[in-house]
Amino acid sequence: MSLSSDDVAKIAHLARLALEPNECETLGRELSKILDLVAQMDEVETASVMPMAHPLEMAQRLRPDEVGESDRRARYQANAPAVEDGLFLVPKVIE
Amino acid sequence: MHDKTLTQLAAAMSAGELSSVELTHLMLQRIAAQDAALNSFVSVTEEAALAQAKVADERRAAGDAGPLTGIPIAHKDIFCTQDVLTSCGSRMLENFIAPYDATVVANLQAAGAVMLGKTNMDEFAMGSSNETSYFGPVRNPWDTETVPGGSSGGSAAAVAARLCVAATGTDTGGSIRQPAALTGITGLKPTYGRCSRWGMVAFASSLDQAGPMTRSAEDAALMLAGMAGFDERDSTSAQRPVDDYAAALSNPVKGVRIGVVQEFMGEGLAAGVASSVTAALDELRRLGAEIVEVSLPNAGLSVPAYYVVAPAECSSNLARFDGVRYGHRCADPSDLEDLYKRSRSEGFGPEVKRRIMIGTYALSAGYYDAYYLKAQKVRQLIAKDFRQAFEQCDVIASPTTPDTAFRLGDKADDPVSMYLQDIYTIAVNLAGLPALSIPAPASGGMPVGLQLIGEVFDEARLLNVAHQLQSVTDWHQQAPAGFE
Repeated sequence: MSLSSDDVAKIAHLARLALEPNECETLGRELSKILDLVAQMDEVETASVMPMAHPLEMAQRLRPDEVGESDRRARYQANAPAVEDGLFLVPKVIE
Repeated sequence: MHDKTLTQLAAAMSAGELSSVELTHLMLQRIAAQDAALNSFVSVTEEAALAQAKVADERRAAGDAGPLTGIPIAHKDIFCTQDVLTSCGSRMLENFIAPYDATVVANLQAAGAVMLGKTNMDEFAMGSSNETSYFGPVRNPWDTETVPGGSSGGSAAAVAARLCVAATGTDTGGSIRQPAALTGITGLKPTYGRCSRWGMVAFASSLDQAGPMTRSAEDAALMLAGMAGFDERDSTSAQRPVDDYAAALSNPVKGVRIGVVQEFMGEGLAAGVASSVTAALDELRRLGAEIVEVSLPNAGLSVPAYYVVAPAECSSNLARFDGVRYGHRCADPSDLEDLYKRSRSEGFGPEVKRRIMIGTYALSAGYYDAYYLKAQKVRQLIAKDFRQAFEQCDVIASPTTPDTAFRLGDKADDPVSMYLQDIYTIAVNLAGLPALSIPAPASGGMPVGLQLIGEVFDEARLLNVAHQLQSVTDWHQQAPAGFE
């Protein structure tokens, strides 16, 4: 499996990463090597195997739909890069 | 005093020979004097530690003390600690002051443990050498030119160097056991779901598990009892009572069937490590254990399957770091996409980017069946191998790592060779099983780990076998020169 610089640029966009052109080349080589490692899985036949959904085959636990947490917005927003009136600030999205 | 184990220090405190304030002072002094050579701590919380120690001494005076009350420990910097920097070894969280405590942290605090600080780690727990940390590599106290392993490398180095009595770690593919092996300490990865993941920065949610890193199995039993338990805030937390690990330690090993993984004893294993592990198994045989051979035919596919499952889950979990709500934000973003892309590119280091990229690719349109689904099927085969092996034995044994600690920089340029460091530990995470690493005889002056793997929720038996071995050997008591 070999990824081109264009493939890498496309994946980087999906992952919302900005890469320099030289990073794309290096990553292309490294990711291709990792995919070669991953390709070893093809050696084993798995057509009839059930994929594992959870290591302990546990069912998802449900809870009653009740309010259990108090409002901690101010505390959580103390870590935000930019906040105004309880809102997270980002560059203008709609002109 | 600092050379004593948690168990011995708890006894000394309860006999009134030592106070938590005295012990905490001593450990803080050791960190100040010795950690410059290791870089095992990202933050030292001196004032809070001394305040907690004072409270612990008051609790003890009031007759309200347990084995962990007043014991100075350190937390891997992946656990949220209220009002304290929780960096996860990343520039992304260089400024993140956690607004709450992780459940594991809160549980240990309720038991009276004193937090000395937060330990260095591979960035977002992605690495096997502690070299991917934004805060610089950690050095192995046994030879500071070598790595301590990772990702819980800071916790491992700090425990091995006697800078704290015990520490917490997390293990997604070997991140507790591999550094424990390379630094000569005891490290336990519990069954998936045994310790709460709430407040633990997520890497690969179906594999991540917290566990103790200590100087003996007896200490690990006390720490695990303090960390484990059902937590309604973690949707995959196990709803099952915590066993009495300490009570099980004294069970005899006689008649316990220990299955040695044939696939892990051959090609790729350093000769010195093989003979150390064999010596440890011989000692278990002398104790009356029955040593048998077992096979895990699909274990060779565990690293390939892991490098789909873990990056896929990582790419999804780390999508939350967008420069909007917390974490690093780039300067002067031109628009929202620029804000996302530059904040993430500046905040994440190369290994984290590699894994996000692999995971994004594996989950992208058209590739799901070939990668993620295939890996989850291989995972099922690996879990089945373990089930079949446990029909012939009670505990599975293997080396923890293929070799002793490697030199800093030796594998930093080749991700795949770094990934193969975890070849004996990763299958355990894929199957959700508990496993620990304890010291075997050293090889060339460097520590070697023996891995013991148990059936689900059989931590008590693992700790029991490890403790019985440690009762008749002194491999776990060796201290690195300069840190005795």
